Amino acid sequence: MVDLSVRIAGVDFPNPVIAASGTYGNGECYTELYPISKLGGISCKGMTIEPKLGNPPPRIAETPSGVLNSVGLQNIGVHGFIEYYLPTLKEEGNVIIANVAGATVDDYIAAAEALDASDVDMIELNISCPNVKAGGATWGVTPEGAAEVTKAVRRATAKPLIVKLTPNVTDITVIAKAVEAEGADALSMINTLLGMRIDIRTRRPILKNNMGGLSGPAVFPVAVRMVRQCYKAVQIPIIGMGGISTWEDAIEMMLAGAAAVQMGTAIFKDPCAPLKVVDGIADFMEQNGIKSLSEIVGQCQEW
Amino acid sequence: MYYCGKYPIISKTTLAKGIYSFTVEAHEPAEEAHAGQFAMISAPGFQLRRPISICGIDKEHGTLRFVFEVRGKGTKAIASLGEGDSLDIMAPLGNGFRIPEGKRIAVVGGGIGVPPLLGVSSVSGELCTAILGFRDYSRIILTDEFKRNGCETIICTDDGSVGREGMVTFPLAELLEKGETSAVLACGPEPMLKAIVKMCEVYKVPCQVSLEQRMGCGVGACVTCSCLTVRNGKEFYSRVCKDGPVFDSDVLGGDFHG
Repeated sequence: MVDLSVRIAGVDFPNPVIAASGTYGNGECYTELYPISKLGGISCKGMTIEPKLGNPPPRIAETPSGVLNSVGLQNIGVHGFIEYYLPTLKEEGNVIIANVAGATVDDYIAAAEALDASDVDMIELNISCPNVKAGGATWGVTPEGAAEVTKAVRRATAKPLIVKLTPNVTDITVIAKAVEAEGADALSMINTLLGMRIDIRTRRPILKNNMGGLSGPAVFPVAVRMVRQCYKAVQIPIIGMGGISTWEDAIEMMLAGAAAVQMGTAIFKDPCAPLKVVDGIADFMEQNGIKSLSEIVGQCQEW
Repeated sequence: MYYCGKYPIISKTTLAKGIYSFTVEAHEPAEEAHAGQFAMISAPGFQLRRPISICGIDKEHGTLRFVFEVRGKGTKAIASLGEGDSLDIMAPLGNGFRIPEGKRIAVVGGGIGVPPLLGVSSVSGELCTAILGFRDYSRIILTDEFKRNGCETIICTDDGSVGREGMVTFPLAELLEKGETSAVLACGPEPMLKAIVKMCEVYKVPCQVSLEQRMGCGVGACVTCSCLTVRNGKEFYSRVCKDGPVFDSDVLGGDFHG
């Protein structure tokens, strides 16, 4: 047996494959297929201090090798999450990551304070949701905004803090450095790319929100590039995501610089995809004599 | 309880232009399934599975039947499969119809909304009146099977080419007027469902409707297939896949009510 464990911001994951926020609910939807303890961790559905209604449907559309969504952070609120979902998650899952969003800095602080007193293992600061009018990615697109929220939440919680970055920026390394300077323990990237589809018959956007976030294999090369750029720009670990659907993708993302990976859209097609990636990584390590995944993180030899 | 796996297609037939019937051998999902539930079917070459309602459940032989219409590239890819291929499905999913025992009911279907009601008719048999609407004679599907299940079957077409001309709500009103119907179960285009819900409110007959929406995961995780519902006077989005697809009409929000 190879050792698949990774440590990120002082938190031990039994394997490097984490379910990405927004694609896995709060762990309750796939328990009929396999125990969720097979995943290294679960990033829970993005939550806000107050419950949030979300955007009108349709909220999802298929695109070439990808998916466009505009859910808009529908959730039952941080307190609902802590009360209804967290106890089971803690019992059945490994590392539990609370993905937190807000419209104002005070929203983020209130959510982080509530979660600080809870059993979640880590907080993932969502400053990158493209589907909400206030907050979300409006924080993540400038280094000043990203730094401001990170600084405030850093003060509000002692939990390990991941900051999830948006790719919808000119230079993602500037944002990465800004949040690192304000005390982020890790980065996760990339959130979805802002996109749009139009029905040529009705001349209406397919999504009722007009625009949405693009994910899936289509965005994978963009994610690999951005993870690589940030790996070279910051010292803190990176959780890589964006279109990972096979173990080969996961290894590629780690060679770019990711210490662990998140999978999302691939789960829609195959709910067992994360488990297959875990097995594939284990086989790859065995065949290549890799004792620890830290041996390959960032080890892409650039031309 | 649902399953995810690849199950052999044991029969494929064409019911009308672009409307196909697939039967798969899927013992465990068939054992769990009931009328009104659906499957997420993988479309070869596509990222998202397509939600397709379960049309028939044969627990004895362990088969599930799906009747669907080619609407776009994904359903076209599914339709390109045939006997000998396997169908990659997650099933059974969602809440099906609650069928009142020993009481007279009406099932009302429009177009490709008809298939999930066939399973109801096989349970209710002679207690069930089926009112089935289609665009014209060329789009008629499954009506003989409703009759075979013992249902009084009323066919409506938009152009009057078969059965009664006009909307399903006309014969439904006549039926509800008699006062013998204890529940109406409906599936079809949204304007039709809204008309049925409003009519059932007038006659004070409980109504269940099966909704359709673009879906991501099919199991409640991604919250993309939302529909407006009401609780304690407040509107919020429910998930069509997990909280539905069949809803009691009185929980539906938006402009479903009169």
